[in-house]
Amino acid sequence: MRFGVIRFPGSCDEVDAMLACERVPGASAVLLWHRDPDLGGVDAVVVPGGFSYGDYLRVGAIARFSPVMESVIRFARAGGLVLGICNGFQVLCEARLLPGALLPNLERRFICRQVGVEVAQASMPFTADCAVGEVLSIPVKHTTGCYYAPPADLEALEAAGQVLLRYAHDGNPNGSSNDIAGVSNAAGNVFGLMPHPEHAVDPLTGSVDGLKIFTSMAHAHG
Amino acid sequence: MPTVEQAVSLGLTPAEYELICEQIGRTPNEVELAVFSLMWSEHCAYKHSKKLLRSLPTSGPRLALGPGENAGAVDVGDGWVVAFKVESHNHPSAVEPFQGAATGVGGILRDIFAIGARPIAVLDSLRFGEPSSARTQYLLDHAVGGIGHYGNSIGVPTIGGEVYFEEPYEQNCLVNAMALGLARSEGLIRSAAAGIGNPLVLFGASTGRDGIGGASVLASAELGEEDAAKRPTVQVGDPFAEKKVMECSLELLSRGLLVALQDLGAAGLTSSSAEMASKGSVGLDIDVGLVPLREAGMEPWEIMISESQERMLCVVEPSVLDEVLAVCEKWEVGGTAIGVVTDTRALRVFVGEEMVADMPVPALVDDCPLYDLVVEKPAAGLYPAPSPVLASGASDTRATLLALLASPNIASRLPLFQQYDWLVQSRTVRRPEQADAAVLALPVAPGGLAVSIDGSGRRVACDPYTGAVEAVLECAANLACVGAEPLGLTNCLNFGNPEKPHIAWQLTEAIRGLGDACRALDMPVVGGNVSLYNESGGGPIYPTPVVGIVGELPDVARAGRSGFLRSGDAIALAGPFRPALEASELAKLRGESLPVGLPPVDIAALRAAQEAIRDFVRFGSLSSAHDIAEGGLLVAVAESCLAGEMGATLGLGGVVDARAGELDRVLFGESPGAGFVVSGTGDALRRLGERVDLEVLGTVGGDALEIVAGDVRVEVPLDELRTSHSALAPLFA
Repeated sequence: MRFGVIRFPGSCDEVDAMLACERVPGASAVLLWHRDPDLGGVDAVVVPGGFSYGDYLRVGAIARFSPVMESVIRFARAGGLVLGICNGFQVLCEARLLPGALLPNLERRFICRQVGVEVAQASMPFTADCAVGEVLSIPVKHTTGCYYAPPADLEALEAAGQVLLRYAHDGNPNGSSNDIAGVSNAAGNVFGLMPHPEHAVDPLTGSVDGLKIFTSMAHAHG
Repeated sequence: MPTVEQAVSLGLTPAEYELICEQIGRTPNEVELAVFSLMWSEHCAYKHSKKLLRSLPTSGPRLALGPGENAGAVDVGDGWVVAFKVESHNHPSAVEPFQGAATGVGGILRDIFAIGARPIAVLDSLRFGEPSSARTQYLLDHAVGGIGHYGNSIGVPTIGGEVYFEEPYEQNCLVNAMALGLARSEGLIRSAAAGIGNPLVLFGASTGRDGIGGASVLASAELGEEDAAKRPTVQVGDPFAEKKVMECSLELLSRGLLVALQDLGAAGLTSSSAEMASKGSVGLDIDVGLVPLREAGMEPWEIMISESQERMLCVVEPSVLDEVLAVCEKWEVGGTAIGVVTDTRALRVFVGEEMVADMPVPALVDDCPLYDLVVEKPAAGLYPAPSPVLASGASDTRATLLALLASPNIASRLPLFQQYDWLVQSRTVRRPEQADAAVLALPVAPGGLAVSIDGSGRRVACDPYTGAVEAVLECAANLACVGAEPLGLTNCLNFGNPEKPHIAWQLTEAIRGLGDACRALDMPVVGGNVSLYNESGGGPIYPTPVVGIVGELPDVARAGRSGFLRSGDAIALAGPFRPALEASELAKLRGESLPVGLPPVDIAALRAAQEAIRDFVRFGSLSSAHDIAEGGLLVAVAESCLAGEMGATLGLGGVVDARAGELDRVLFGESPGAGFVVSGTGDALRRLGERVDLEVLGTVGGDALEIVAGDVRVEVPLDELRTSHSALAPLFA
């Protein structure tokens, strides 16, 4: 399986995301430059964390118009697997590939902390390697991570099982509605989350729980 | 034509102005005077400190790049080097804390990638007044915000640092930032311009009117009443621009396209071009008409001395100029050829065809007069006693412990650290408050890198020589606790006005102490920074040499941790610990005057103890190791409890005769760099005891810290310890 990791000029976690992808047995990863619309035939796309174009305007608002994102939007509409982490989640919401929006944290500060994330749905293609109720130890680091969707939409998301991950143990770090840490689109092939699974793939740096997201994607791809 | 009065208003002395006229054989014009005033400022020329700094040891077997370049570097094996440096951004931060701190981080990062290393970590060292003051709360909140804003946005983790709160920093806060970078040894690049006829390329942000005169009128003078008016001399940071400049620089280097590279920091184009020409023994012609500007109508002198951030200057061969400009275009950093290397040994500034300045490079860089300091040991202490927050004399052990844990200098720093990304780049093996030093994995497994930054100004104020020795040993002790061997040191010397004899004495004594400690540890000084004139109406700051030490450990999986790990482990006090209450944190809380002089340090004995701890941690023989610092033994044990989320039971009958006074000295006295709280099996501690003084104190376990010393019995639940230790959290609520 070949992952493609988008690189915007302000991406911060693109190399970490590549390293995480490459930890999946049999997988490889390449960087996809933001100005180049060619996705190079990758099997899945990761939109990584960082500050795409500086994000001095609303986060992710400019990135969705980049040449590479035009292609990612087409790729997703055709059923391709797309994972958005942190800034990537924000970009996917701006691109309308995912429902809802990310607002500034309730405390209005950057927060970097290891959190417990409970698996709400253990489903193909992003969380199949987890068990429902399992709590993954994964770090968050963001200023704009408070997930919001209008109440009716939120109800629909919950009913459709699109909420895959929630902050556990009253540890909601940012004020997200319903403790939501990660949601998928209705078709299930696009997933965005604020926690950084690519930073939880090595026992040396604290946790390996995040790797399950990447192995799940590889299993889904077959 | 400018006058001597104008020169003085730019920070030069009349004698220096005369010397400039002599050097260039005429009266300088407006552009030349602006350039000279910056190049001959304290900030650029180190004119009051250079002679002293020459006494520091600067060689060692692992040194890869010594002082004189943008950053120093040490060899960590397998062809990799680690570059590092600490620098101050004090006065900008006192005037405008958010941008001052942000651009301090930006500046130190540029120093790292200017030598060809990818930045892998930032640490910061902060000093403020007491947190009860509204000004301190404002400065702290905004400085922390600025550091986070820059570091978090650029993808470099902030992995450690320290902060102290003391009244003498109330008006003049300190913001020092340290950065580390990783490079292949063959990939390092120098800043010496070379190759007559080679183009000089400026890339990065455009040039504006921000930071005009920052190095001279702001950084090289005391702070005063009218400093709000100096806010325009503070630069504004753009981390997104820096991210692009960094990636562009590293790509240019990895493609082998550069002859020389230099960042634009203090004094902007002026000092970067003069330094490049000086190091290469060449001249440079610069056409300021070609410099991309962010506002119209800038004068040539303004363009030359602007401190607009996120800019780099490089020398390239003409044959690769197009490729260089294409890489700049890829990263959207606006590369522009603005000049050429010449054989004139002069820095000449043009606007199109018209030459507006012509200055000999040696006059700019080498001929600034260096001053001998007039040194006089003050007859009495310089600093008022701290305001008391605890009643003096013998007191309840439990109340004292909780007061110390809640003291601003000891309370948990997590409320600050949580605002920084400490994990990006996937190397952080020990994060803040998991261990005494931060630990990063090196590219070739299983090697690791450790780094710590330290410096207690209050103790240096008591005794500049001994305090500086202690700062080095305390920092080295932090490395020992993770199992790392020190490889090199960087320092930032934050002092008051060196033209005052008592400040000159502090500076001279502290540098002597730094030198002696580094020599005794066989550790070179790879570079650093001096920040003088840290004074305001309220008097000088505590003399504050901040030291950062980088070390290595053979197996990163065995990096030590400060928290207790296993219930049932034995706990011991190890090392030649000679606790004293004078100058301690408890003495401060009790409002005691600073003593004149500190007990001498037996550096050899401390080194031997640190080596023993290091060896035992490296071999995985200890469960935890934590250096006893501010607050003394009992605070260190409590910190190990909190970091490991485990209680402990101590029987202190062996180390303390429980008479009043004596008990406080043993439990709360300090002996920097000399004592360690370690835990492990009884057998491991017995073997450690064959190499160092060691006293078994008790056992790990339970959910409280219990102490029995004679008829004193104290039991404090972990929750209560944690509540006290979280005292800084409300500052960020």
